[in-house]
This record gives sequence, C-alpha cells and structure tokens, in this order.
Amino acid sequence: MRQALLDRLLTARKAKQPVVLATDLNDGRQALLDAERVDGDLRLSDAELQAARAALRNDVSGRLPPEVSEDRQIFLQVFNPPLRLVVVGAVHISQALVPMAQILGFDVAIVDPRPAFATEQRFPGVRLVDEWPDDAMALLKPDRRTAVVTLTHDPKLDDPALTEALKSESFYIGALGSTRTHAKRLERLRAAGLGESELARIQGPAGLAIGAKSPAEIALSVCAQMTAALRAAPPLIRAQQPAAAQ
Amino acid sequence: MSDGATGETDTSIYPSTDRVLQQAAAWRAEGRKAALATVVATWGSSPRPIGSQLAVDETGSMLGSVSGGCIEGAVVTEALEVMEDGRPRLLDFGVSDENAWEVGLACGGSVQVFVEILD
Repeated sequence: MRQALLDRLLTARKAKQPVVLATDLNDGRQALLDAERVDGDLRLSDAELQAARAALRNDVSGRLPPEVSEDRQIFLQVFNPPLRLVVVGAVHISQALVPMAQILGFDVAIVDPRPAFATEQRFPGVRLVDEWPDDAMALLKPDRRTAVVTLTHDPKLDDPALTEALKSESFYIGALGSTRTHAKRLERLRAAGLGESELARIQGPAGLAIGAKSPAEIALSVCAQMTAALRAAPPLIRAQQPAAAQ
Repeated sequence: MSDGATGETDTSIYPSTDRVLQQAAAWRAEGRKAALATVVATWGSSPRPIGSQLAVDETGSMLGSVSGGCIEGAVVTEALEVMEDGRPRLLDFGVSDENAWEVGLACGGSVQVFVEILD
C-alpha cells in the first residue's frame, strides 16, 4: 500500500468516515473510495465502482464476483466506523451490558438525565449523555449500524427514546420489561400514533429467552439478541419442541 | 479502554485493524520497512474473518493476526521476502496443502492471504 493511501485511510478511520479499499490481487494496485471520492492507482470500471460502494453500504468485505470483474481479482475491504450502542438508563443492567457490548466492538453511549445514575464513577470512560432521551437521540443520531436498548422501566424516559429510535434505521431496538409491562408500553405508543409495523420493530421484553435472572445474564441475553439482529441469524429452532407435522 | 482514534474498544483479544494499520504507519515513519498481510478469502472453519490483518516490520516484529496463530510464522517469512523484492504475494493455506499442516492450520479450514509492502 502506498503511504499516501494509508494516510488517507487512517484519516478516514479517525474521522469515523466509511471507506472501502479495493486491491488488485495480481499487481497490488489499490483504490480507496467513499460515496463520492476515489483515490489511488487502481482504475475501476463503473460496474466495479458501483459494486464497491454497495459492499460499503452492506458492510461486506470480499472478492468482486466474476460477473462484475471478469478478468481480474479485486478484493474489497470495507472500513466502517465501529457499531454503536445507545443505552437508555444508567442502571444495574447497564453496568454489565456496557462492558459486554464493548468487547463485542460497540462504541457505547449511555443516556440518562438523572445525575445520580449517570456518573463517571459508575461508568468510567463511557460517553454519558445527561439530556432527556428525545434530545439525546437527536444528538446521537442512531443509524443502521446502531442498536438502541431502553432499560429504565420508566415510561417518561423509555417511551420518548423508543419513539425517536423508531424514526431511525437502527438495526436493533430493545426494551427491557416484563411481557405485561411491554404490552402496556405498546398500548401507550399506539395511542401516541405509532403504527403496528413500527411497534413490531421493538424487541420486548428485550433479550433472547435463556432464562436470564441476574443483571449480567440479562445483559448477555440482550447482547445475543443484538448479535442475531446484526448478523440476520435465522430464528432459533427449539430442539425439544415436538414437530407439528408428525 | 477505548481507542482514542476511533472509539473502537480495545478489550478484544485481537488488536483492532486500526491499531495494526497505525503500527505499520509508525514503522514506516521510523524509516523501517513494513508489510501488511490481509485475509482475502476463507473456506470452512477459519479462525479469523476476511479483512483480518497482520503488520510485519523488517526485523520480523508483528502486530495483528491472520489465523489466530496457525500460519503467522509462514506469513512473516513471506512478508520479509515481499519487503526485499517489493512484489505482492497471494498465499493459500488449507488442508489440501501439505504445507498447511506443516505450518499448523489444523482447524480444517483454508485461508487466502494477500501480502503487500508499504511503500
């Protein structure tokens, strides 16, 4: 890789700008591109440029298929900013969820306007946003690489956060609370004018059904569900469930 | 625990791609030769995903990984050659390749690794 291209790549990483590096595996020529710009000594056809930008949007690195790049081997490496997690509620479960999500590669922000909860002492080194959730969401701008989890159990905080999250392309929206609590929550949001398809995006009660009891176990179940949503995993098949057709 | 440059956390057992690239750039800035190895394809159960990177300097120092330890030794040897002649290499490691067993990719998968010089 040429020094100039590496510098540009590192600058893009620092600025959290998504870029994709295209490499001709036969001669090592490279191009670094984003949605508008192309740099480097590798010339790409229109079809190759289009495919590279699609790879960037879809966050998939790999070889360009032969129908796009017939007689050469072009490898695309996607450099997207880190995944983000917005946690609403600086509560006990957050103290387990935040480090787990960080190990999974998430850049975490915690939203809680209550000064007693969102303290540096409880969440060292984590970005704390002490605004009301709707203002916080306007500030954080969740996108398709962001997960949002509400944990406060307080409708005054959770509901506006969910309402704002549903306006975004967040790949995962989870709301903690029992099935009853969630049913009431859906009632309130429905009364506030949200539609069924929007409400269906909320995972509630948040987390995979693993029988989680402790805060750490609940955090684990939420992390597992976020990962399943991120990787578009097929629904789990329950081994002990009797087959309906037999 | 977060990497100041990107916000990416550094709690993972593997150093982030950013750290690998930054290290490679730092070696170059110190006037050392450096090469970069990247996983460009995988088949079967490979330990590291496509895009995983390993930076190597002219003394054989390395940061990052392309296999979780199985083939790094062989990749470093190739990287030193790439630093000599400047030509990139595309390397295949897999169960069908006897050499792969020698270098220890016992997990049963295969990986293709591209090695290039930083110039």
